[in-house]
Amino acid sequence: MKKKEKAVTKYRLTGKQRWRLIKRCRYMYLLMLLPILYYIIFCYGPMYGVLIAFKDYKIAKGVWASPWVGFKWFEKFLTDAYFWKLVRNTLLLNIYGLLWGFPIPIILALMLNEVSNSKFKRVVQTVSYLPHFISTVVICGMLINFLSLDGLINQLLAALGLQKIQFLMQPKWFRTIFTASGIWQSCGWTSIIYLAALTSVDQQLIEAAHIDGANRFQRILHVTIPAITPTISIMLIMQLGRLMTLGYEKIILLYNGSTYETADTIATYVYRRGILNADYSYSTAVGLFQTVVGVILLVTANKVSNKLSETSLW
Amino acid sequence: MQKTKQSKVPQSLGSKIFSIVNYTILALVGFIMFYPMFYVFIVSISSAQYINQGMISFLPKGINFEAYERVLQNKDIWVGYKNTILYTVLGTLINVVLTAMCAYPLSRKEFYGRGPFTVLITLTMFISGGMIPLYLVINNLKIMNTMWAILLPSAISTYNMIVMRTSFSSIPDSLIESAYLDGANDIQILAKIIMPLSKAIIATMVLFYAVSHWNSYFPAMLYLNDKAKYPVQVIMRDIIIESDMSQAGDMSGMANVAATNYKYAVIIISIVPILMVYPFIQKYFTKGVMVGAVKG
Repeated sequence: MKKKEKAVTKYRLTGKQRWRLIKRCRYMYLLMLLPILYYIIFCYGPMYGVLIAFKDYKIAKGVWASPWVGFKWFEKFLTDAYFWKLVRNTLLLNIYGLLWGFPIPIILALMLNEVSNSKFKRVVQTVSYLPHFISTVVICGMLINFLSLDGLINQLLAALGLQKIQFLMQPKWFRTIFTASGIWQSCGWTSIIYLAALTSVDQQLIEAAHIDGANRFQRILHVTIPAITPTISIMLIMQLGRLMTLGYEKIILLYNGSTYETADTIATYVYRRGILNADYSYSTAVGLFQTVVGVILLVTANKVSNKLSETSLW
Repeated sequence: MQKTKQSKVPQSLGSKIFSIVNYTILALVGFIMFYPMFYVFIVSISSAQYINQGMISFLPKGINFEAYERVLQNKDIWVGYKNTILYTVLGTLINVVLTAMCAYPLSRKEFYGRGPFTVLITLTMFISGGMIPLYLVINNLKIMNTMWAILLPSAISTYNMIVMRTSFSSIPDSLIESAYLDGANDIQILAKIIMPLSKAIIATMVLFYAVSHWNSYFPAMLYLNDKAKYPVQVIMRDIIIESDMSQAGDMSGMANVAATNYKYAVIIISIVPILMVYPFIQKYFTKGVMVGAVKG
């Protein structure tokens, strides 16, 4: 976001001057000690541990002493017929989430912004933030119970004279359920950021458009939305960067053997192979594949956005 | 501000229709957000015969609290609750202290090495070793099946740390410099000047971290295998998702309790603490999100 600062401090320091600077900050280093330890052990430690993706890891030998096997695990994964299914499921679940879940909070924020009755606005906001604070376990528990054969949804279907459906047993329903419940959970909360951006939109511009004869819809479309575009792009980049990782905790609670067809993703597969089957090296390789693709997506999205609208994360 | 401006200009017909449609849709959205939780509540206090016939929609029928009595007799839930409170309090304490210790130096311009540290820390938001390597690290540290396996790996949320750093850096330099001149060191400055001035952001952080501890189940599922250490979320998963009713006791004695309202009572009991504090703390949350959003 900013690049100016660098030029100012770019003179060479002598060893003595540098030592003085460090000494002046000694208490700050002391403060940083525990946080740095945390980052080394729990963030960079696992990054070092990723080496086992290229090794045949044996717990007794440890990371370094286990024998190298090169790209064996990657080859095994990439040539597995299941690979494409996992990639397809991961991408589709996330793309649906993006396609529906990205615009809805923006629309919700724009609609809330048009409400002049502040009491009504506050009630809708309060209620729509609430699902964000409910745990994944409760959300999934509610879903499983509502969607069961004698649950709320099927009662509704029966009342309308329709056939009952075993939603969570049929692969074709999984994506809809996952995406819709995801929107329910997060749309209110995500809209806060857009509402914040909307408060800084210049009211004079909107009024000028009004005087020029633009109706409310046109004012939103041609004045308000362009004004919050930078926020929208930043949010989009961040979402794209997360495209490979979203929501596996929820999937693990919701899926079952009969819905793996559409519900099994790379992360859930890593969990089953790595934690439940203890295939450490293989599942680390699969996880690394996912991280690499995720980073590539993030960098690409950032570059594209930088070119198109001059907004970027860094 | 907006209100006065809008009332000056007479509303056109189109504008009125727009308003009506807008209010209607938003009311509907509010209903959809609220109804599932309301439904869970009314089913939890209804009696089994009506639930099984699917007769509950907007009002509870045959109101009774036997499902709650049953839930409160379940020892696992009490143990889980106790664990959750312990993990939440201790975990949040670790989180806030470490986050502040990390955020303060990074907010100071004269901190030598600020750039590289910031880059290396921010990087961890985008790149991670993944689930399995972290699992093996925890295994190697010999903290598997202890509460440290849950508390330490999430000791700092980098996102929250950046929010805190942003907030710290808005405190005027002159204040800190005068404290330096008076002979205070950085640890004293953080404890006695920065922290008292940042009550709002610290409250926000406490809430963010506390809610995430309260709601978390996955680390506990990965790293704990002793039922006596499970937090309430894992206990709940067994009851409401895996339908493990073994601890529900003998159902025959209670005509009003069925599996459904028992499960729903469990849900309500687990979200009551959040629902009770939520209305009061909501604005802090909103503020916290906005502080984070400004910086991007």
